[in-house]
Order: sequence, then structure tokens, then C-alpha cells
Amino acid sequence: MPAETIAIHVRDLVVGFDRHIVLDRLSLDVRAGEIIGLVGASGGGKSVLMRALIGLLPKRGGQIEFPATADGEIGRRGVLFQQGALFSALNARQNIQFPLREAAHVSEALLDEIANAKLEMVGLSADDGDKFPSELSGGMTKRVALARALALDPALLFLDEPTSGLDPIAAGEFDSLIKTLQRTLHFTVFMITHDLNTLAAVCDRVAALAEGRIVALGPLSSVLKSDHPWVKSYFHGARAQMLHLETT
Amino acid sequence: MTNPPQLTESGDKLTTLHPSGAWTAANVEALERLCERAPGGRVGAIDLSGVSALDTTGAWLFEKLARRFSTPSAQIAFVGVPDSYSGLMREMQGVNRRKPLARRHGSALLDFMERLGRGLAAETASFLQMLGAVGIALLGVLRHPRSLRLTSTIYQLYRVGWQAIPIMVLITFLIGAIIAQQGFFHFRKFGAESYTVDMVGILVLREIGVLIVAIMVAGRSGSAYTAELGSMKMREEIDALSTMGLDPVAVLILPRVAALVIALPILTFIGSIAGLYGGGVVAQFYGDMAPAIYIERLREAVSLTTFKVGILKAPFMALVIGIVACSEGLRVQGSAESLGKQTTTSVVKSIFLVIVLDGLFAVFFASIGM
Repeated sequence: MPAETIAIHVRDLVVGFDRHIVLDRLSLDVRAGEIIGLVGASGGGKSVLMRALIGLLPKRGGQIEFPATADGEIGRRGVLFQQGALFSALNARQNIQFPLREAAHVSEALLDEIANAKLEMVGLSADDGDKFPSELSGGMTKRVALARALALDPALLFLDEPTSGLDPIAAGEFDSLIKTLQRTLHFTVFMITHDLNTLAAVCDRVAALAEGRIVALGPLSSVLKSDHPWVKSYFHGARAQMLHLETT
Repeated sequence: MTNPPQLTESGDKLTTLHPSGAWTAANVEALERLCERAPGGRVGAIDLSGVSALDTTGAWLFEKLARRFSTPSAQIAFVGVPDSYSGLMREMQGVNRRKPLARRHGSALLDFMERLGRGLAAETASFLQMLGAVGIALLGVLRHPRSLRLTSTIYQLYRVGWQAIPIMVLITFLIGAIIAQQGFFHFRKFGAESYTVDMVGILVLREIGVLIVAIMVAGRSGSAYTAELGSMKMREEIDALSTMGLDPVAVLILPRVAALVIALPILTFIGSIAGLYGGGVVAQFYGDMAPAIYIERLREAVSLTTFKVGILKAPFMALVIGIVACSEGLRVQGSAESLGKQTTTSVVKSIFLVIVLDGLFAVFFASIGM
């Protein structure tokens, strides 16, 4: 782990809809260069937290700061949405080129080369670039979406359930892809996941969200020892997984 | 990000390139220009020690430079690569090694003709297939009348027939009124105002009534059929029906098509009457023609044949609309995008076919003297 610079600094964040408070004075620090995994009950506010961090949801109070990146640099953040959110009117290569094409005037040849490079980095071939989102399988969609999220080489990458809907083999491959890319490109990853294998294999730290706050934070081994009732039932409910986690 | 990227060179026989500054996507325009202007000649090495920031874009540009200056005998070496970027530079060595397969390029005209031909063949095949399936389902019902889905048929009849009456009456009333107004306005110039009634009567009963109603039904009910069946297809409801041993055509499609075939002649009748009424209203208030005279003229102008020509076309048009709408609905693929596309296709195609059919009927009726 490099020096303790903070990539995302959240203090007393409050987010709610109407009279319903989803995040209640939530505080969290994400270190630069780490992969942090967020777990929480369905409907418990994981996506709300991520959308608030990205800026898609307004906050009622508190602070969100990105000390490691300059303000207003949208290209410094990449987001992998759960369903990929690829633009259906564009093929895979055009999807990856889109952020770059909007940001600068670059020759078509260079755009193609960069897009092909990204495709190969996420484990696809340049031939897949001609396919449209409707022609891609679930795993390929996630890979293309990841390549698009990485189009401008963001310092901060948000992943919303990156392995959901993938079979265990594809999920495992995707996990190691994220890990490899993170080692190569040194970005910070904030991911929502329910996949205990992903938590164990990829995440440096795990944050557990319950009752609108972070109730446990740390390496998986220490979060497993947490006394919080929700965290206990979450990790101890999946017994088979638990056995697997404890032996590794 | 703040220090601008630069590319300098040193050495005399074998030059070394010294890039510096931030080689990142944010500066990509400047970087591309720098690389294009990079000195030719004999480059021996690229020294990355001056680079302050590097991302995939920058790393690829270095790799591209290296490939440009490398010869089979002398590979360009990267020197002074910072540790944090060595992984990225290694990664770049593998990419873009192979040209992507070029897409087949034929003559544009030939491609267009091929697509047109294949499209036409596929459309005809799917239309005939659905017509055949509905025919077989109908035979099944005729053999076992109790197997008819009566509730479903009545419900569809209520939706595409009863609920459609207000809008059909309104539209045909307006069309009839507009035709009459135009007739009075233009025929008045040569004193042939009374012939307006002939025109309204024949036009509404023979052509406009059935055509307008069929087009409205295609837009209103045909699109609804496609959307319903398409969403059922998307959610695998139709596959679920098949696994239970039920024929989706008999359960879902036959009641819908039958309801249309029954409803369209009724709507055509109601619509034609509304059109004639619209003409009558205009005759009274715009053409100064008393209702009794209008009705008298109408009785002379139109015969039962005029009415029959119009109403006979209705069931055939209904069949075309129903078959097109249902077959387009079953062609919906997994995505919501495809649902929208098929619904549009369904409406456009059924309106087109309705008009073509009307033309064919015109030829047919003319040749048998009706």
C-alpha cells in the first residue's frame, strides 16, 4: 500500500428521499490505490451511497471530497454500472471511444488503436469491437463497460456489482482482471458487491453498511470478527462461503 | 497534468528521444502532434525518466513510436521507465499486434439489393407462416368449437371494437365534413354543388370510410397487439405456454385476429355513417342544403353496391393488420429496444399493406364491374 493519501473523504453524509433518510451521517475514508468493497442489505443504501459519491444524487448534508483528484475533472472518475449501461446505438469500439472523442480532437486511427488497446487490456479481441451491445454476452458486456469506464484512465473507479449475473468462472476471471488492471494502472476502486469470493479475492478493505452508516470497516478478516448483529448474520448466513473464507 | 508534454532528442548517430511532462489522455491532442513530428532517422532508445504522468493513451503512443522506429535487426529500447509504469508499458507491448478482421466490402448497390431481396423474402415468409398458423388454429376450432377461447375473444372485441368507437366516429365525421366542405367550395365555381353529395357518398362508402378506419385500427390496436405479444415473448410467457402443451397461436393470436376481423367491418359501418353525417352537417350549414334534400340526393347517388364494396374490404384488411401485428410481436428479441422497433415496424407495415390491398381491391372491383 502506498502512502496514506485519501481518495474519497466522506463526513456526516446525509441522503434521503422525502421523509425517508437512507444515509444517516455516514463517514468513510477511501485510501488512494486501494480496492474497497461495500456490502449491505438490499435496499440498504449501497447504491444510494455510490450515486451520491458520483454526484447523481443530491446530498442533504455533510461533505464529499476527492482530495487526490483536482476538482471538476469528470474524466478522472470511471463508473461501471450494473447492467453495463453501454450506449445501444454504438458498437463496442465506439462506446469505448466515446469519452475520448468528446474530450479531444484525436485522429480516427489513434482512437481506433486506443480502443483496441483497451479491448485487449480487458481480455477481449479487437474483432469484438464491431459488435453492438445487443450482440454481447453478459460477461463481455461487463468487460466492454469496464473498458469504457477506463477510457480516460480514471484515478477513481466505481463498480456496481461487477460480478452479478456472471457464472462463477466468469466472475473469477473478472475479479482477477480488476486486480490486474488495478496493479497496472494504479487506480482506486470503490465497489459494491454481494460476492463473498470477490470480497476475499480482490478487496483490500471491506465496508459494511447498515442502518445508514458504516458499521464495520477494515480487512475482511477483521470485518468477519465484527460484533454488529447485521454484519454477523450477513457473513455467517452463507455457511459454505464462510468455510471457504476461513480456510483461505 | 499541469506540466505540458514535450519530446526532445539527443545524441548524434543513434538519437535518444526524451519525452517529458504528462503523457495522459487529457493532453492527447498535443501528444498526437508531438508523435507525428517526431524526428525520423535512427532512433536508438526512448528515455522515459522525464515523464511525470503516464496513462494508457501515453503508453500506447510510446509503444507506437517504438514500433515505428524499430527494425527487425534493431529494437528500440525503453530506458529509465519508472517502476510504477513498467507494468503498463509491458501491457502495451502485447496490444494491437494483429489487424482486426476487415469487414467484407462488396458493391454498395449489390449489398443493398441483397438486403432488399432477403428482407422481402423473410417478410413474406413470416407473414405466410403466421397466416398458416392462424389457419390451422382456426381449423382446430372448427373441428372442436368448444376449444374457442370465447372469453378472450369477447374481451379483445371489447378492446378493439367497442372502445375504439368514439375515436373512429370523431375522425370519420371530420373527414366526411372536410370532403363535403371542399366539394361545395370547388363545385360552387361551376354550379355543380349538388354533386358534392355524390362525391361524399361514394368516396366515404367505397374508400375513405374503410381506409381511415383500417389505418386507425392499425395504429391503435395493431401496435397494442405487437407490444403485448412482444412483452410476453420477452418475459418468456409464450415459451411457458408452449411447455404446458398449449398452442400460443390458438390461445393468444387467434382470439386477437378473430376480434379484429369481426370488429373492423362494424367499425367501418359506424365510421361510414359518421362520415356521411359529417357531410350532411356541412351541407346544411356551409352548403345551404336542407337535410331532407341531402338524404334524397344521397339515396340517388349511392347504391347497395357502393356500400358492399367498402364493407367487403374490411375483414381482409383486418386479417392483414392482425397477422402483421402478431407476427411482428413474436419477432421481438430480448431487449426493450427491439420491442419498440417491432411495434414501429408493425404499424408501418400494416398501414402500407392496407393501402396496397385497397389498390388491389380497386382493380378487382373494377374488373368485375362493381
